[in-house]
Amino acid sequence: MSGTTSTEGSALEGSELEGPELEGSELQGSLGAGVQESLRDSARSSAHVEVDKLFLDPELIEAESPAGPDAAEYALRLGDDALILAQQLGWWISRAPELEEDVALANIALDLLGHARSLLRYAGTASDRTEDDLAYLREEPEFRCVHLVEQPNGDFAHTIIRQLLVSYYLYELYSRLQASTDATLAAIAAKAVKEVDYHRDHATQWTLRLALGTDESRARTLTALADLWPYVDELFRDDPLIRRLGDAAVAPAALRTGFDAGITALFAEADLEPPTGPVARGGGRDGIHSEYLAYLLAEMQVLARQHPGATW
Amino acid sequence: MVNAMVDQNAAGQSALEQATAAAWRVAATVADPELPVLTIEDLGVLRQVELDGDAVTVSITPTYSGCPALEAMAADVVTALTDAGYHDVRVKRVLTPAWTSDWMSEAGKAKLEKFGIAPPSGTAAAGRRSGPIRLSLAVKCPHCSSLNTRELAHFGSTSCKALYECRECLEPFDYFKVL
Repeated sequence: MSGTTSTEGSALEGSELEGPELEGSELQGSLGAGVQESLRDSARSSAHVEVDKLFLDPELIEAESPAGPDAAEYALRLGDDALILAQQLGWWISRAPELEEDVALANIALDLLGHARSLLRYAGTASDRTEDDLAYLREEPEFRCVHLVEQPNGDFAHTIIRQLLVSYYLYELYSRLQASTDATLAAIAAKAVKEVDYHRDHATQWTLRLALGTDESRARTLTALADLWPYVDELFRDDPLIRRLGDAAVAPAALRTGFDAGITALFAEADLEPPTGPVARGGGRDGIHSEYLAYLLAEMQVLARQHPGATW
Repeated sequence: MVNAMVDQNAAGQSALEQATAAAWRVAATVADPELPVLTIEDLGVLRQVELDGDAVTVSITPTYSGCPALEAMAADVVTALTDAGYHDVRVKRVLTPAWTSDWMSEAGKAKLEKFGIAPPSGTAAAGRRSGPIRLSLAVKCPHCSSLNTRELAHFGSTSCKALYECRECLEPFDYFKVL
């Protein structure tokens, strides 16, 4: 019962932290708890950069059983998609066309960051790395995100069309991943699908408004769609990892029908056509990325790399 | 109401049940830092309290995946239980079953409305529905109780709220979204 959160077997526990000398009165009270917990945490994870180690030790808490190498790689893919998109959307804070939209994009980014944290935390259990190790200390070729989330924010239409494509895809993905035979992935998906449903609605409303708005907003929407549509195919490619995972994962190719049905219905209403033309080569799942990712990572990682172990 | 889990192997079950319930009551006093009128029990965030000897393990679940208040709540749970004399307090973050606004207690909804925030209306359906058609119940203005309100922004001051405006009394207000 307590095995999920304790550090039984750790050489650091018991001797200093839970010995009878601390069971007395001096560590009672709120300060005592904080000290005791932070001691425990620093004992556990002194080698890691960890922003959120205050009281929870999510590494040990959430992953009831560690991920196998294939499940970890899969979680890394999904986690990186969410992380990179969250980082992109964060840029809009204070820059969106209106205050309400500023708040909306920030909220969506926060949800995505929550998904990324859960997924990366799980991925890290396979290699004894924290979510922060994975987010801040990997090099570009070690990231597994698709090219669509790497595409620049562009103008507001580009950001909205990217949101549209990603959230329709994620909704299909998480709807099905709830039935995963991997309990941790199923739990993360069941949580995420409800939030992504709101993201999908947000992107839908904006797409209608922009596509059916002024000549300018429509022209920009068409440009954004032409720019981003080539990256859609990569979302739906199966590969050997997916086949090995079987019912623990969702085969991306199987999501295409649901995605197309939703997009086709919306496009009919918005008077849009899916562009026909070249398809981007992709490669994100194998660590081959667009020219944009490295700059984005440099900005995202600079603080953690300059100040290893920094906390606040 | 006490949703405490009891170790079936332990001797003296009723004593353990009582002790677990007492620990639950302490944890249940912790308030949401963003919505101080609601406790984590009202919100449905407090899921389980387990006692194992001197150790108390409290399970909480986030409302939204990225909700930053969860860490503050976890810290407050540790503080509250430590103040009450528990030495070994652990907080566990659980994701299953996923939180839903349906878990908010009726008392919590009443407190929320009194505080000026419209409580969730209707029940959650996401993930069980496909297609873009949405039906939503009218949201009642917490100030004048009018149903003539409109959504200004789907995403509000925190992940769990949307921004509304009342067309009768013209006051803006927060609405706790159905999730």
